[in-house]
Order: sequence, then structure tokens, then C-alpha cells
Amino acid sequence: MAAPRASLHLVARVWNGGTRGIRGPSRVLAPEGNQKEGRSLLRFLADRFHDVEVLRDYLLRKQVMKVNQKNRPFIYIKQRYGPYVAGAYFILKQGGAVRFQGKEWIRPNQRGHFSLDFLKLQAVPVEAVDASGCAINYQGLDSLLALKELQSLWLQHCPHVDDWCLSRLHPLASSLQELSLAGCPRISERGLACLHHLWNLRRLDISDLPAVSNPGLTRILVEEMLPNCEVLGADWAQGLKLGPEEQSRDPASPMPA
Amino acid sequence: MLRSALLLGLGRGPLGRGLSTHRGGSTLDWERKVSEIKKKIQSILPGGAWDPLYNTSYLPPEHADVVIVGGGVLGLSVAYWLKKLEKPRGAIRVLVVERDHTYSRASTVLSVGGIRQQFSVPENVQLSLFSVDFLRNINEYLAVVDDPPLDIQFNPSGYLLLASEKGAAIMENNVKVQRQEGAKVCLMSPEQLRNKFPWINTEGVALASYGMEQEGWFDPWCLLQGLRRKVQSMGVLFCQGEVTRFVSSSHHMETMSGEEVNLKRIHEVHVKIDQSLEYQPVECAIVINAAGAWSGQVAELAGIGKGPPGTLQGTKLPVELRKRYVYLWHCPQGPGLETPFVIDPSGTYFRREGLGQNYLGGCSPTEEEEPDPGNLEVDHDFFQDKVWPTLAQRVPAFESLKVRSAWAGYYDYNTFDQNGVVGPHPLVLNMYFATGFSGHGLQQAPAVGRAVAEMVLEGHFKTINLSSFLFSRFYLGEKVQERNII
Ligand SMILES: Cc1cc2nc3c(=O)[nH]c(=O)nc-3n(C[C@H](O)[C@H](O)[C@H](O)COP(=O)(O)OP(=O)(O)OC[C@H]3O[C@@H](n4cnc5c(N)ncnc54)[C@H](O)[C@@H]3O)c2cc1C
Repeated sequence: MAAPRASLHLVARVWNGGTRGIRGPSRVLAPEGNQKEGRSLLRFLADRFHDVEVLRDYLLRKQVMKVNQKNRPFIYIKQRYGPYVAGAYFILKQGGAVRFQGKEWIRPNQRGHFSLDFLKLQAVPVEAVDASGCAINYQGLDSLLALKELQSLWLQHCPHVDDWCLSRLHPLASSLQELSLAGCPRISERGLACLHHLWNLRRLDISDLPAVSNPGLTRILVEEMLPNCEVLGADWAQGLKLGPEEQSRDPASPMPA
Repeated sequence: MLRSALLLGLGRGPLGRGLSTHRGGSTLDWERKVSEIKKKIQSILPGGAWDPLYNTSYLPPEHADVVIVGGGVLGLSVAYWLKKLEKPRGAIRVLVVERDHTYSRASTVLSVGGIRQQFSVPENVQLSLFSVDFLRNINEYLAVVDDPPLDIQFNPSGYLLLASEKGAAIMENNVKVQRQEGAKVCLMSPEQLRNKFPWINTEGVALASYGMEQEGWFDPWCLLQGLRRKVQSMGVLFCQGEVTRFVSSSHHMETMSGEEVNLKRIHEVHVKIDQSLEYQPVECAIVINAAGAWSGQVAELAGIGKGPPGTLQGTKLPVELRKRYVYLWHCPQGPGLETPFVIDPSGTYFRREGLGQNYLGGCSPTEEEEPDPGNLEVDHDFFQDKVWPTLAQRVPAFESLKVRSAWAGYYDYNTFDQNGVVGPHPLVLNMYFATGFSGHGLQQAPAVGRAVAEMVLEGHFKTINLSSFLFSRFYLGEKVQERNII
């Protein structure tokens, strides 16, 4: 009982601090003041006792390790079933949804289970991925980048997708037509600048990005950079925004058309 | 008896309670006052909270295991890796001596913050790849409990190097090396270049190489502050002062070939305290020379290069101050968000700065035109005469531009081969170098710090073999030169 609570107090959240759109565990927690007291006590202890400091350091590291663990590639599946199935498996494991070419969307149920029927679709490319709200990070992109025919990619409200990740999308340039980054807390205009590699893009959603310093200007500059692409910016999508949960319950279209 | 006892008890009761409530009241009061005072102090201090940056002017300790001269990015990186790799924790006492905590003249904060893998020497590519990995995971390496995460503002926009016909073959070879080491670099023909960046005039360009990932620019100040914060939390000591003297002992020895050499060992570092005539001797076992552009002078203090010319003893550390200008201009019709860090065959470079059609760039002067490094004043004619013409030729939109500001900084320029010097001195046995990177020291600092720490702690390079960057190459005449594509 006490352990998970304590660990929440012990370290400040590394990535999620101060961002919108992610329901971090701290909000469920007791009142703010209580938490602060706990933290300052630990800070006091940490200042005086080396062990407490080491422990807090370790816990901080563990948070990061957990995300990295979730983003390990499934090497065996890739060897056995090929990149499409491995990529799909990776996304489904993360709680996202995939669509093989000419097939229905596959997505896990509430408890995270999904049918393994798609294992036989080895030769069918994946054409759409909805990884909204998933813990996918720079390393986890490896599995996505192997999906060479990917046309649509939704990465809405992904807490670990950052500018570094955007710089890795260029191998998908010839296939990717639709990309949504709405609500990603760590994406800034610096990362958006490398989307110029994606020359085939027809539709790009960059609304609700809190780390972008100047959303209006950024949107105009992105539009200039990608002249053949429809860019959805902050003002346009304001009223239409859907939380990642609502979306995942709607199997037909993961984004408002 | 009973009555009196009861009375006493009763009597004590309220009295005791009275006292305790009274005391309780006063503690409450006192606590409130203390918290008020605390708030007041906090509001007075710059930044609103206690900032370790301003609390480092105290005297240095009387002894330290490792004294690092220079608290720039290289010095701090060495400090970080020493503490990170030490076993057991807290085993070594590291002192960083920095004469200017505002870093007003330090190269680190005056650089343009670029990172690339487009080098021709494999070691440089490796150093840069390691460092970019460090920067990407900076919040794993430099996380401090209770402090907010760092945002180094990395712009992953890549470097675009242009080659003339003469340089094309070299460029192709260089890219081969870079790819072998794992860099994501692609070659582009002038045609492809025009398609991708229509604002470039490809006249005189035969080939271009373009970094797709892991290249771009970042905020050097943030890296420096992040390192400072982290090493301080790891127990590294700081002091503000200038290293003015080394006290060392020497042994005369004879090499196998009968040559006489003078082996030295530094025992004490004299630190002159800021704005006073006092100095404090610091006993130490190892000295790291990370004094950037001034590291040649620091080496001289240790007697390096004071010997008959042509001998190892007479071999200087060939690191000098070289003044470089950076100009920031505005150009409303300039290239857009996709603009990479462009390097022209002439050596002129520029990159985008922010979103408001601002750009910054410059070029290195020729050997004959080297400006006097005595001060950091900017020569605006240099832009008009040397930089602008090539800029406007390469990017016609730059024909009309307005220079907004400019600054100058010092390269830690290695006159021998423009590459870093890493590892121990062969004669001054306990002086280690981390300097001489001549314009690419910032991006390689995370990896170089690790290499030096490995050398100090283990006696050899482990992660990246930097044997070709040892000091002895100056005596042996073995240059490690970048093959430029101009
Ligand atoms: C205009 C310009 C652009 C650049 N662009 C890039 C780039 O794009 N990418 C890149 O990687 N690199 C770049 N560089 C190079 C890079 O800035 C340097 O190589 C790097 O910062 C060197 O770091 P340092 O810690 O050795 O030096 P510094 O930051 O200069 O630190 C040395 C410190 O030592 C202190 N010191 C010196 N002598 C003493 C003493 N006797 N006692 C006590 N303290 C002392 C100094 O006060 C100074 O703070 C650029 C440099 C310049 C000038």
C-alpha cells in the first residue's frame, strides 16, 4: 500500500512535470499541501542522509527505466513474423491501434488484451497506426519505422514523443500522408522544422502543443514549408479536440474527419 | 496529604497547561516570523530561490585529489565523469577552479552551439555521436532530484555541407567514414539540392552532404548550467579564482637512447582569489588543464615547452586564442523553417535563429588576417567585406539583410592540427589535457570528459580510443587533420 505512494512522493516526475493532457498519478493523490510536506521531509532527509539521497536518485532513474523497458523491440517476433507483425504487436502492446492494408482496425480491449489473429498477416503491410496516448519514445520508434508503407500515423498526447523523435521520421517520407501530433507536451517548433522531409504529407495536425512558443507563427511557417499539406493548427481544432480515450473507443476513425 | 497532593496536581495542571500553551503560542509565532524572514530572503535573492551559482566565492580547500583548471563545458564534463565513474562513491575530491563565474569570455557560452557528425577523422565522428546521445538523454545523465528537467533546446535541423568540384571526391570519402561510424548522412546532387532547398544558388556546388538525424544546434548555456547543477549535487567543489602557479618536483632521468629528460610532478596549485592579492595553495594529486583558449598559458605555468627546441621538453601546447566573429542578421525574405546549418565551400556558415527570419553566421579569417585577440571587439567591416558577399552569392535572398547584432568569442585554437588534445602529458606526469578543440569543443565535451576520466581512473581509454589525440603527437609530428572539402 504505502510503497507506491511513497515512491510517488520521492521523486518529482521527470517528463510529465507541468504538462497538460497527461493524467499523471499525482492528481489522484491527496491534497497538494500534504504532498509538499512529504517532499520537503524527504528533501530534509536526503540532505542529511546519503542513503536517502541514493534511494531517491535510484527511484528517479527507475521511472526512466520503466519507459525504456516499454519501448524495447520484440526481436523474436520480428525474426519470426517480419516487421509488419512485429510493429503491430508493439503498438498493440502499448495500447494503441493498427490497421493492416484493406483490413479493419485492431485495438486492444479495456484490459489490454487483443486477438493474435493478425500474426498471419505477415505479408500485409500496416497502413495506419494510432499510438495516441502511448508511452512510445525515441527508441520505440524503431518498430514504427520498419513499417515502410505506413500512410497514417496518430501520435496524439504522447508524453514521450519529442523533437528528437520527429527528426527520425524521415524514412517514412515516401509513404506517410497523414500525421497527427496534437497534444504532445514535448514537441516544439524545433522538432516541427524537420517535418519538411515528409514531402508526401497531405494532412498534419499540430494543434494544442504547449511547448511551441508561438503557435500561430509556427503554423504559418510549417504551412510554408509543406505547401502541399493541410496543416491543422491551434485555433482550428480548439472545439474539436477529443481526449485519447474517447478516440480509442471509436474504432472506425481515430480522428475527427 | 492527599488534599495537598491533589491541590498541587490541580495547581500544576493549569499552570503546566498555561505554560505549554504559552510556549506553543510562542513557537507558532516564532515559526511564522522565521517563515516570513525566509520569504523575504528568497524574494531578495536573484531568481527568487537559493541559487548555488552565487554561493561559490568561498576559499578553495587546502587539498583536493583532482584540480580542474577551467569551469567551461570541458572542465565540468571531466568533473562529471570523474564523479560518475569513481568507485566507491565519494572516493575522490574534485575541485573546479574557474576565474569568472559569469563566463563572460568563455568560449562555451559564446559559441553557436552546433553539433554534427560530418567530420573525416573517425574519432571525431565517434566523439560527436557519443555526445549527441548524451544530449538526447540529458535528463537521465544530469537529472537532479527536486530540480526541474533540462531543456537544451535542440534544433534537429542538420548540417548541410557544400563541396566544389575539387572537394567532391573528398566529401564522398568523408561521408563513407561517417556512415561507417553510424552517422545518418546523405549525399545530394545540385539538382536534388535545388529541389529540397530552392533558396540555394547551386553555382559552383558539385556535391552536398546533409545530416538527416542527430545534427543541429542547441543551447550551450543550458548544457553548462545542467552540468554545474549536477556536479555540484555530486559533491564537486567549486572556487572562484585564477590558477597562477604550479609547485612541482622534478626528477632527471635518462631514456634508453641516452637522452636526458626531466620528469615532473605537480604537488600544489596556487589559486589567486578573485579581486585580491591573496592566493591559496591547494595540494593535489592530479591537475586537469581544461582552460580552453588559455590552456596554452596554463601549460606554460607548469613548465611545458620550456626546454631546448626540438625536444619533448621544448614542445609547447600549441593552443592559442583566436578571435572569431558571429553576426546575427534579419532577412524578411530569407529561407524558412527547414533551413539547416549550412557550410559553404568557402567556409562561410549560417543557420536559422528562432522563428523570426533571423539568421546567424560568420566565417574564419585567413591566417594572414587573424585579428588581434587582445579584446573581444567586433569588426563590422569583416562582415561587409568577407562574410556578406559569399552569403549573398550562395543565398540570393541575403542580398538585402540587416545585421542586428554581433559578438566575438575565442576558439581554443590548436595551431598544429586543429584537433583536440586529450590525456596526460608525457613529462609533467600528473597534468591531463582536455582542450584544443578549435571550434568543435562544445559538441564533443560530453565524450571527451568521459575519455579523460577513464584515463585518470583506469589509465587507458575505454569507450572511445583517443590515442591519436595524445600530446606526444606534437613532438612526433603526427598530425590528425580533418580533410576539408573546400
Ligand atoms: C564563435 C564560436 C563558435 C563556436 N561554435 C561551436 C560550435 O558550433 N560547436 C562546437 O562544438 N563548438 C563551437 N565552438 C567551440 C567551443 O565553444 C569550444 O571548443 C568549447 O567551448 C571549449 O570549451 P572549454 O570548456 O575548453 O572552454 P571555455 O568555455 O572557454 O572554458 C575555459 C574556462 O577556463 C577558465 N580559465 C582559463 N584560464 C584559467 C586559469 N588560469 N584559472 C582559472 N580559470 C581559468 C576561463 O575563465 C574559462 O571559463 C565555438 C567557439 C566560438 C568562439
